[in-house]
Amino acid sequence: MAQINEIEQHTLIALVEDKPGVLNRVASMFRRRGFNIISLAVGNSEQAGLSRMTFVVNGDYRTVSQVAKQLDKLIDVLEVADISEARIVARELAMIKVSTTPMTRGEIIQIVNLFRANIIDVGGDSMIIEITGEGDKIDALYDLLSPFGITEMSRSGIVAMERGKSNGLTDGHKNNNVHSNGTGSS
Amino acid sequence: MELTGAEIVCESLLKEGADVIFGLPGGAVLPLYGALANYPKIRHILVRHEQAAAMAADGYARATGKAGVCVATSGPGATNLVTGIAAAQMDSVPMVAITGQVPRPYIGTDAFQETDVTGVTLPITKHNILVMKVEDVAQAIHDAFYIANSGRPGPVLVDIPRDVLLGAKTEFIWPETHKLPGYRIPGPADETEVIAAAALINQSQRPLIMAGHGMLISHAYSLMTEMAEKAQIPVITTLLGISSIASDHELNLGMSGMHGMAYANLAIDEADLIIGLGMRFDDRVTGRISAFAPNAKFVHVDIDASEIDKNVQTDIGVCGDLKSVMEQLLPKVEPNVHIDWLRHIQELKDQHPSHIVRQSEELLPQYVLQRLTEVTQGHGIVVTGVGQHQMWAAQHCLFREPNTFITSGGLGTMGFEVPAALGAQVGRPDTTVWSVCGDGGFQMTMCDIATAVESGADVKFAILNNKNLGMVHQLQDVFFEKDYMASEFSANPDFVKIAEAYGIRGIRVTKQEEVVDAVQQAMETAGPVIVDFMVKEDEIVFPFIPSGQSVNEMLEEPAHNGTS
Repeated sequence: MAQINEIEQHTLIALVEDKPGVLNRVASMFRRRGFNIISLAVGNSEQAGLSRMTFVVNGDYRTVSQVAKQLDKLIDVLEVADISEARIVARELAMIKVSTTPMTRGEIIQIVNLFRANIIDVGGDSMIIEITGEGDKIDALYDLLSPFGITEMSRSGIVAMERGKSNGLTDGHKNNNVHSNGTGSS
Repeated sequence: MELTGAEIVCESLLKEGADVIFGLPGGAVLPLYGALANYPKIRHILVRHEQAAAMAADGYARATGKAGVCVATSGPGATNLVTGIAAAQMDSVPMVAITGQVPRPYIGTDAFQETDVTGVTLPITKHNILVMKVEDVAQAIHDAFYIANSGRPGPVLVDIPRDVLLGAKTEFIWPETHKLPGYRIPGPADETEVIAAAALINQSQRPLIMAGHGMLISHAYSLMTEMAEKAQIPVITTLLGISSIASDHELNLGMSGMHGMAYANLAIDEADLIIGLGMRFDDRVTGRISAFAPNAKFVHVDIDASEIDKNVQTDIGVCGDLKSVMEQLLPKVEPNVHIDWLRHIQELKDQHPSHIVRQSEELLPQYVLQRLTEVTQGHGIVVTGVGQHQMWAAQHCLFREPNTFITSGGLGTMGFEVPAALGAQVGRPDTTVWSVCGDGGFQMTMCDIATAVESGADVKFAILNNKNLGMVHQLQDVFFEKDYMASEFSANPDFVKIAEAYGIRGIRVTKQEEVVDAVQQAMETAGPVIVDFMVKEDEIVFPFIPSGQSVNEMLEEPAHNGTS
């Protein structure tokens, strides 16, 4: 690939067939072409038989445009869009396990409340906190909890959606869609 | 009609018009061979190594435009196909590879001859399919041919477990459609893009067309020649675009790039517009991207959207089927004469005559190839391997008809010349096929001379025998202080005796005056012939732009450097 100039984060969404091996094809394409995935989230979409993937990737416009085109080229990928420029809502879920003592528990609960996070499990010397939000909010909570001793963290990767009626992919979104002069599938 | 999985494969092949398949049986795929015995309309050509099955299918596909089919068993059979599949992927060649897999209950257990073949071939196929139910076999084969042949062609692998091939008899229903919602085939281009492209072409003073493999795949060559003549635009071909315009056409500047014609590269350096048609600005074409065509704007037409802006930043990118785009573009391109530009290019050609073979007492490989296609008068097909002989063939062979040069470009696969020539000859039995071989590449795949003999493939093998790995030798000569580590053969076999061992004619040529006679004799002899041309051993391919460099660093043959 061309040299990466102005590194930016882009959010791409893709609609893919829900079939064995599709994730492997997608991941293999990223690896083989040297593209860098910051986060990837996969799950069911609103349409039966189709999964929706949300990628956060690093790269300048040309690199990310190449990522989108290479994704779109995969037979199992129906639609790809770079929604970075669109008005989107992006959320990530994280679970953070933090060490507690009778001395620190109250302070941790205060922080959790401040972030509107949830405590989903409490043990004698630890608790699990669930937080949903944008990446920086999770990072901020992580930083605040760090002094107490974080023993485990699991993050879901970002899922994103465009505001308004558009589904980000098919309707009225040609500008963000990757170039294709499709005659439609057979 | 109730059929087994294997019988469904055969019925599906017939439906797809696949009347020739190249393969080698083994345990997991054996049920398919059991069925093939009852399908005499499908001609099976037994190779000696699965690599040859894939490369023969490739040669067949390039020569006919139809997907080539190869078959191998699980594990090592399938992995032996890999190089041939990768070559087809790089060069956009339609191919359907069918592999046997271990029975379903054994998958994932590291069973005997088990390899994750869909995993292995994932990055080197256009698509691949593991068929887990006998009811899905027909759809898989149908989709495989459709994907392989359409859009930007490429190889598709279908992996079928042994128990699916053997499977209980199932109703055979030929699917008329494809359920491939993610697969779109570009047709005509967006009209506004075509108008913008035509405007750039009409404004340009020093335009150049660069025609690639897409020109041949989409049969757009006549339209391209028409456009070139209408606006008097010189044409450069990529390695795989060779034969898309006749070698002796006055507007044809031949191949450019690393070993391209000096005047073609110099013209690119001065052009104000590069019109890339069905090509991909490969690094062997561009050299250092930042120094490539520094004065030019770029129009790039390709069927694969991901090729546009991949290597060079285009001014106008047009995604579409090249023939359709040429039909849209041609009426919008205004007649022009470009007198100054053409005159200047003629001067470059006179000053840098890299197409002319120098006079020599020795048997020069370039001389052999020039004479060879003089005898054939530029008709028939030339297939090559990879290395010096390939570059000399690209530079000095004469081509008069489209799609008559078959070579492994993108992957650069040595040994391609033997099986690909065999496949091409099987696909075009009325055509003379010359396999131009290096002595190194020939020895990689010469086991399949037996296949050529057995299948009656009338291939003439011309070995340019310099007793070394010529291109490696050349690179060592220039960049590694003549340290010829591991590039010289001290014990090449006697290729004339090899020919005799296979029961075919072998001819040795050591002098210039024997060349034409040997070529004629080979063509008059029925069946395969091996001609062993004992050429000058340390000849270097000129011109030569070292990897990653630009036209400013181009090395020319001493007598050709413009001072003569």
